Amino acid sequence: MIRINCPYCGERDHSEFSYGGDATINYPSLDASEKDWTEAIFFRKNIKGFQFETWHHSNGCRMWLVVERSTVTHEIKSVKPCHPDLQKVVENNK
Amino acid sequence: MKTRRIDNYGKINRDKILSFSWDKKNYKGFEGDTLASALLANNIGIVGRSFKYHRPRGIFSSGVEESGALVTIGSKDRRDPNVRATTQELYNGLEASGQNAFPNVNFDLAGINNYLGRFFAAGFYYKTFMGIPPLEWGKGTAIWMFFEKFIRKAAGMGSASGLPDPDTYEHAHDFCDLIVVGSGPAGVAAAIEAAEKKLDVILVEQDSLIGGNQLAENDFDNSQIKNQLENLGIKIMTRTTAFGLYDNCVVGLLERVTDHISAPNVNIPRQRFWTIRAKHIIVGAGAIERHIAFNNNDIPGVMTVNASKHYLNRYGVLTGKSIVIATNNDSVYETAHQLSEAGANVTVLDSRTNFEIETNKSFEIRKGYVPYNINGSKKIDSLDISKSEIINKSETINCDQVLLSGGWSPAVHLLSHRGVKPKWDYNNACFLPSDTKENITMVGSSRGLWNKNDCIASGIAGTTSVLNRLGISKTNYFFPKPGGWKNPIQPLYEVKYKKSRSKSFVDYQHDVTTDDVRLAHREGFISVEHLKRYTTLGMANDQGKMGNIIGLSLMAELLNKEIPEVGTTVFRPPYTPVSIGALSGRNVGKHFRPLRVTPMHQWNIDHGAKMIEVGLYQRPWYYPKENETLSDSYIREASTVRKTVGICDVTSLGKIAIQGPDSTEFLNRIYSNGFSKLQVGKARYGIMLRDDGIVMDDGTSWRLAENEYFMTTSTGEAAKVMSWLEELLQTRWTDLNVNVTSVSEQWAGVSVAGPKSREVLNNCVDDSFVITNNNLPFMGVTSTFLKGNIPCRIARISFSGELAFEVYVKSDFANTMMDLLWENAKKYDGCLYGLEALGALRVEKGHVTAAELDGRVTIDDAGLSKMASTKKSYIGSAMRKRGVLKNNDREILVGFFPVKLKETFNAGTIVCEKNNIKGQGIGRITSVTYSPELGHWIGLGFVKGGLDKWKDTNLVGADPVRNKQINLKVVSPHMIDPKGERMYA
Ligand SMILES: [Zn+2]
Repeated sequence: MIRINCPYCGERDHSEFSYGGDATINYPSLDASEKDWTEAIFFRKNIKGFQFETWHHSNGCRMWLVVERSTVTHEIKSVKPCHPDLQKVVENNK
Repeated sequence: MKTRRIDNYGKINRDKILSFSWDKKNYKGFEGDTLASALLANNIGIVGRSFKYHRPRGIFSSGVEESGALVTIGSKDRRDPNVRATTQELYNGLEASGQNAFPNVNFDLAGINNYLGRFFAAGFYYKTFMGIPPLEWGKGTAIWMFFEKFIRKAAGMGSASGLPDPDTYEHAHDFCDLIVVGSGPAGVAAAIEAAEKKLDVILVEQDSLIGGNQLAENDFDNSQIKNQLENLGIKIMTRTTAFGLYDNCVVGLLERVTDHISAPNVNIPRQRFWTIRAKHIIVGAGAIERHIAFNNNDIPGVMTVNASKHYLNRYGVLTGKSIVIATNNDSVYETAHQLSEAGANVTVLDSRTNFEIETNKSFEIRKGYVPYNINGSKKIDSLDISKSEIINKSETINCDQVLLSGGWSPAVHLLSHRGVKPKWDYNNACFLPSDTKENITMVGSSRGLWNKNDCIASGIAGTTSVLNRLGISKTNYFFPKPGGWKNPIQPLYEVKYKKSRSKSFVDYQHDVTTDDVRLAHREGFISVEHLKRYTTLGMANDQGKMGNIIGLSLMAELLNKEIPEVGTTVFRPPYTPVSIGALSGRNVGKHFRPLRVTPMHQWNIDHGAKMIEVGLYQRPWYYPKENETLSDSYIREASTVRKTVGICDVTSLGKIAIQGPDSTEFLNRIYSNGFSKLQVGKARYGIMLRDDGIVMDDGTSWRLAENEYFMTTSTGEAAKVMSWLEELLQTRWTDLNVNVTSVSEQWAGVSVAGPKSREVLNNCVDDSFVITNNNLPFMGVTSTFLKGNIPCRIARISFSGELAFEVYVKSDFANTMMDLLWENAKKYDGCLYGLEALGALRVEKGHVTAAELDGRVTIDDAGLSKMASTKKSYIGSAMRKRGVLKNNDREILVGFFPVKLKETFNAGTIVCEKNNIKGQGIGRITSVTYSPELGHWIGLGFVKGGLDKWKDTNLVGADPVRNKQINLKVVSPHMIDPKGERMYA
């Protein structure tokens, strides 16, 4: 079982979370071209090792998180809020 | 019948006599017995029949590795098949019976299979599909059909009751710093060391008693250890198996709470399924003694040496009188000595020639001797032995028991669950655990330590390593080297003697013989994983705990390789079987998944509603008057709505509060249609697309104030939409000042629909002035009060196509609102209507719902192109016309009428051209209803090219599942009041 250390709630079972997707995607602006959007939503790397991915603490604080997780071992290196303002709050409270 | 119980031995409570039945006959045992020890004490040698050949099976072990004594416990709805008699504790009134035999295990008619061996060799099942030589070449199917009944009956061992399980099971959770698996000397030492250093420790033991293999020692008493563990605050969990290790030091446990009790308290669960989240895991799961393959090595009376020691010293049962022990290692000599002291005549055959052992000479040692054949069928009569180099010179020893020890296999299973491959150790002829980066440490004989002192040292070292990792200590530690016997083991897996046609067993339960392994090799199944599947070696209940290594060694020999080159199969959870009941826990029946009800759920039922599940929600389906069927009822309800007024619970719709200065901008980005100009006090229907341009959901948003909206979503997509909005705000548009809050549970909603709805509502509100056509026009929103000073939100929104309102109050006021509305609706001959009528009304209007918006449909497909703004960009706007989505033969929303108006049809019907009725056709029907307004059946669905293409052509609705066909014509989806004159009334 993957355990995720939510910056707000603490370490919880992955069953409390929902997987989002690749956290490194920079979504294009809404008026960007079909090509840019195709690139952003359909093309994914198949990483062996650590990758940044989003998880939603859907059965918890409802925060969207960036989780740095190994696709090989499930080891998690870091967990941060997606929202930069929340990231700052977490940093300041350390 | 003579008992094998002897005085002054064992830790059983002889003051407490327990009665039990075996194959319907009554016997006695003592408190502290297992079923196996009680059967042995009562001199019952045959306890089962083997899987394929129906050979008599005795008790081979004293633990979880048992592959012979699999029995059925209990009867009727509590019948539990394939229970290992060796781990089943005896209780008063226990009912047990043999399996896989007719009429019983002593006289089994299917024993004839023993002589049809060639039909049951490795790969039997696979081969029958192709044909048994000489009947090959495609005749397999007929042969399979002939054999199938027989095989089905013979396959599997015991059978389940087929009745609902009357017992309850529980899921439980716990956390700790350290979990120690196994309470042998190593595990206990590790636990004590950790608890003394203030770690929070759980100690898990699958047995009913702590002690591990020390329980087989005649002078062992665990009471002091138990006290010490308890005083240190260690949580001791006996009768609990760590069946699997998972990521992040998560351990799965199965606690058998009442399986040892004759009349358990019904309020206590039978078993508990534990999920333990530990910081570290120490595994001291012990080692398992192996048998040796040779002719007839399965005759009842064959047992491991260690098992016999257990039966003697723990249960006071001397398992044989004339005992031959066959071995290749030092571990048997203490047992040999104790058995002879207890009165048995013991001979030890040791395959080694050069070794020194100190004994008191109470038993004979035959150096360099091995067993090669057992004589007897239901019991052992004698044993043929030979010098180990040349198996031909026969010497026969009369005996009634043969004990085997072919070496010990450390229980590396739990580590294997983590994908850690064990490594072969030549010196000790066994697989040893490899190191892992995870916080899992193997101790004791699980890491190949055969001496108690080494085990204890390894336990302490294990905990020290944990303390170091946790930063609590910085102490050097060392693990003793594997091994510990005075003389080295001499590998011995099989004694070959090819003069007899007898069978030499590798896997007792599945009847896998050494010949089967050779056959598999000849037929090319040389990979371990293939070998396993082809022969079913290691696939029985014991998962090859005893036989796997023998199978590997045979394959290694055949391939001219060493065992490690052949590999080992990967052990997967569970270590021992886990009942389905424990896996499901309390998630059964109505608790299988959460049930959501609206605040007026009881009110609806009290007013005659029949309910239906919609996702997790219970919603009113229809409100039958006496003798009304479903269709009678919904047709009446829908007609009433069109004629006067109806009230429908719509609380299950998702509701989201959207607040903040950028709310309007936010809605304008997520909806395909414009929201920037929506005035305060107005609502708007909106469609949300996914990033890829497909429709995600539809709903309404009400502008309550400058910076405040109330959004409704469909019932099914409510949770998804909420997560989506949060994702956008937290990950993509982090500059927007918007807050979204789910208020689905906070508001109760009804739809009041029909030409008289305004009158009804006017009677219900404090100030009837607010509900006039001027003050509350189509899509108008108002916040006002129902009579009794109940604050409410009302929007003039129509799903039915009639003049209609959605009214929301705080959930606490739901029943009051319903009483009030219903009292006034009755004055206009109104009705309560359910989901079925709601469906009829919306299909008549061509309004789409989840049946149409199934994740494949674009806004254009749904005929809602005008909802796609051309003046702005929004989620999905760049993609909604991509590639295939812009093809002009896409399936477009249309209505369907039967050509013969009296005919009916069903959702799921495939739409085809008249002379081309096949495959996926040219469209599909998604919703069908009887239209009270039109007086015949109508449907909504999709067809390639839409109405324009098929307006004047009759099509065929093919319903192969129901074996039906119907002629259909395509019509506009807006089947009544296409201009919406009623809504605007
Ligand atoms: Zn959280």
